[in-house]
Amino acid sequence: MPDELVSLTIDDVQVSVPKGTLLIEAAKQAGVLVPHYCYHPGLPVAGVCRMCLVDVEKQPKLSIACATQVADGMVVRTQSDQAKKARQSVLEFLLINHPLDCPICDQAGECELQDFVFQEGRAGTRYTEYSKRFNPVEDFGPDVLYVPNRCILCTRCVRFMEDVAKEPVLNVSERGDRAFIGIHPESRLDHPWAGNVVDLCPVGSLLSKDFLHKARAWELDKTASICTGCSQGCNVTLDTREDVVVRVRPRPNLDVNRYFMCDHGRAHYRWMNRGDRIEAPLIRHGGELRATDWDEALDRSREILKGARGAAVALVSPRASTEALFLARRALAAFEWTGAFQVVVGDEAPLAGVPNLALRAERAPNGKGAELLGYTRAYAAAVTAAQSAAVVLVLDDPDAVVKTDGALIYLGTVLPPVAREAAVALPIANVAEEEGTFVNRDGRVQRYFQAKPAPGMARPGWWALGELLPEAERPASAADAFTQLAAAEPAFAGLSYGQLGFAGARTTRGAGAGAGVPA
Amino acid sequence: MGYPHKPHPKETAVLSKHFGDAEARSYKGWAKRGGYEAWKQAQAMTPAAIIEELKNSGLRGRGGAGFPTGLKWSFMPKEKKKPHYLCVNADESEPGTFKDREIMRWTPHQLLEGTAIAMRAIQAEVGYIYVRGEFTEPFAIMAQALDEAYKAGILGDLKIYLVRGAGAYICGEETALMNSIEGKRGNPRIKPPFPAAAGVFGLPTTINNVETLAAVPHILKNGAAWYKAMCLSNPKSTGTKLFSVCGQVQKPGNYEVTMGFPLKDLIYGMAGGVPRGRTLKACIPGGSSVPILNREETESCLLDYEGCVEKGTMLGSGGVIVFDDSADMVYQIMRLARFYAHESCAQCTQCREGTAWTTKILQRILAGQGKSTDLDLLLDLSENMTGKTICVLSDSCAAPVVSGIKKFRGEFEEYLAGRRRPVVAA
Repeated sequence: MPDELVSLTIDDVQVSVPKGTLLIEAAKQAGVLVPHYCYHPGLPVAGVCRMCLVDVEKQPKLSIACATQVADGMVVRTQSDQAKKARQSVLEFLLINHPLDCPICDQAGECELQDFVFQEGRAGTRYTEYSKRFNPVEDFGPDVLYVPNRCILCTRCVRFMEDVAKEPVLNVSERGDRAFIGIHPESRLDHPWAGNVVDLCPVGSLLSKDFLHKARAWELDKTASICTGCSQGCNVTLDTREDVVVRVRPRPNLDVNRYFMCDHGRAHYRWMNRGDRIEAPLIRHGGELRATDWDEALDRSREILKGARGAAVALVSPRASTEALFLARRALAAFEWTGAFQVVVGDEAPLAGVPNLALRAERAPNGKGAELLGYTRAYAAAVTAAQSAAVVLVLDDPDAVVKTDGALIYLGTVLPPVAREAAVALPIANVAEEEGTFVNRDGRVQRYFQAKPAPGMARPGWWALGELLPEAERPASAADAFTQLAAAEPAFAGLSYGQLGFAGARTTRGAGAGAGVPA
Repeated sequence: MGYPHKPHPKETAVLSKHFGDAEARSYKGWAKRGGYEAWKQAQAMTPAAIIEELKNSGLRGRGGAGFPTGLKWSFMPKEKKKPHYLCVNADESEPGTFKDREIMRWTPHQLLEGTAIAMRAIQAEVGYIYVRGEFTEPFAIMAQALDEAYKAGILGDLKIYLVRGAGAYICGEETALMNSIEGKRGNPRIKPPFPAAAGVFGLPTTINNVETLAAVPHILKNGAAWYKAMCLSNPKSTGTKLFSVCGQVQKPGNYEVTMGFPLKDLIYGMAGGVPRGRTLKACIPGGSSVPILNREETESCLLDYEGCVEKGTMLGSGGVIVFDDSADMVYQIMRLARFYAHESCAQCTQCREGTAWTTKILQRILAGQGKSTDLDLLLDLSENMTGKTICVLSDSCAAPVVSGIKKFRGEFEEYLAGRRRPVVAA
């Protein structure tokens, strides 16, 4: 049943929104961002910062846009003199006890207090000759520092812990201008999702220890990506500074992770910056691997595949892109094929207030994608089968331990022991260095984008594997690879790389066993 | 009656008739004085009939806002789908107000009877009487009265609980009080939803002041017409009202008068006027949250809702604070602002920061370090603090500042000009 629509006018722009919509959300549709601090779409409404005061025609007083529901025929003015003065006064009040230590504050550059003061605050303060409120910095938890002097008491952190994490360890302590965010004396802010309070904090009051003084916000490049921490597939943003990943933050996706991500995922990025990478293709000369160029390495690989008959085994990583997994199977289409992957398992940590959101036990961002393409979890059997196989292909699985009589082709980012047995070792990009897709545990295909260049001669996995196909079938791009995949695999039928966009889409079938791979 | 003083002939003692009479505290003593007759009468009436009677009486809320009581009760859902609650606001924390304390101290059954009738009218099965934390004696008396009433079986199935506050001024605000009953921090809630839709524990709730409920049995017993006839001025303000007179008067105390009674007669006649040799300077007629009146306004003000509004103030809780010519109005206003700064719940920005900033400016002026721009600054801050927050605590801090500067600007200017000896007030 379609929602009943209500029409209203916001700053002379007419919008129609479902009944029950909050004014602040309706304003977004009119292209108006009403300044706000305490309001957050992922938290219950508090209505305390009073920043979103707007003029609603026929109302005697200003209304807060965050707690006012739209009504038919409502006429709203966010820029009336009265509304502007009220918001300017809130900013002045917020600043009287705010230290203005922006030059040493991590939030500077992505601070909502800076932004809105710049947008509509007073040029100077009238709070002269008084000292500002002082409270020392508190160590709240493993990755969270609280700087009370910067706090504007919006209570987003308190509401997150209480209503979303359902572990109410934070509160507002004291009253009046002595108030601060307090923590239960016997508790730490160590909930597996606690790091979200840092993102939610509109100012630099809650800080990540991991990110402390690492970079200024304006030095960061931001890239849409997918978390590789588990099979949930939280949408994230990779923040890079000078091609180094320095921070991972959640990217809103109401169908997957809403506005949140867990601390495990948040901390799971240092491997993307590893320095011990393979930077050139390697081919075996007698007892040793020698660096060479791609042409020679690919020629050698094609020769191996062409000359061999019988069984082929692929040992792959569930962190490899769906495109690479698809092409790895395709490259071995002439063989009697076995594909398997292994999954690291850890503790599951749900976010109690959001259905179907958890740090999943399976730390495999693309385990579902591998399964849909016919790879199985029968890893030990595959390792056994590899002994007598004609060809063994290892795709970025550094923990693989393989003894084989056949030829070993290794594609990876680093050079683990298994790669030293290879006939050919091809350097590939990691998730931050290429684009591609993962399929999360619910069968949602989601794209990630390239955040930084791959080192040396490393190339994306889809490219290296695509080069092993007959020339006419080689994909020119990740998009091309996905198009081939969607055409060949019924589970992916109807999906287009472009339409996946930033939000992703569900696979047409929950399960599929690589039925489309030509025999 | 003018407890602790002798009754004044001009008083109309309805609620305060038995103040000072210790026997009236007990169930038996109360019953002997005609107690619980109205409750028996109410049990024979339909809820709608009780509400109609209240509407006809013209009784308005005695906590401060003056909302018509019968109308408020009629907002409760007619068709009962969920449990209904009654909250009794006995948090009386408005500076200058001490009438509910005396009602509970001397006539606890008067309140219980009114509570029972209200619960029937709004079809509530549970009632909470939220008693100010500092009221140790009234709490003990109420507890004993409740115990006696249950033992006598007079309350039937009604469940009435006493809840003790923990000393926060803001818990007298109706939604903060409900949060406090629920065991949460006493923060006012954003409205809507209003209590009649979602009050305590999220269920339909009516909340009334002690004095309002204490008047209810008398209305049922004597009839709406009787109550309505008690009116000296505007017909929209009916019945009697207790005024707690304090400050610089000779006989501070509670005086019960008919609505529309002249403030002048209350101060000079009943409370004995300001100390000998002094003259009246100012008066806050409705508890610390309402605008201050100067002498002329005080002497011409009629004590009802409309009469106070006419003078630019409010009847409020009926806490009459009197200042004589020895009072330093700058200091007095600073003390009020400091109170609000201390009691702000810290939710709304304007209130949390504004009350404290206002206090600092007033302290600076008192210390002889004020600036010529400080009065304009205070007025502008007050404007920014008025009508923009969840509750009216912020407005209440601004009201005496604005009216004080308007009416006693000269005193502020003397400090600013260095003509008064500085006062250092922490």
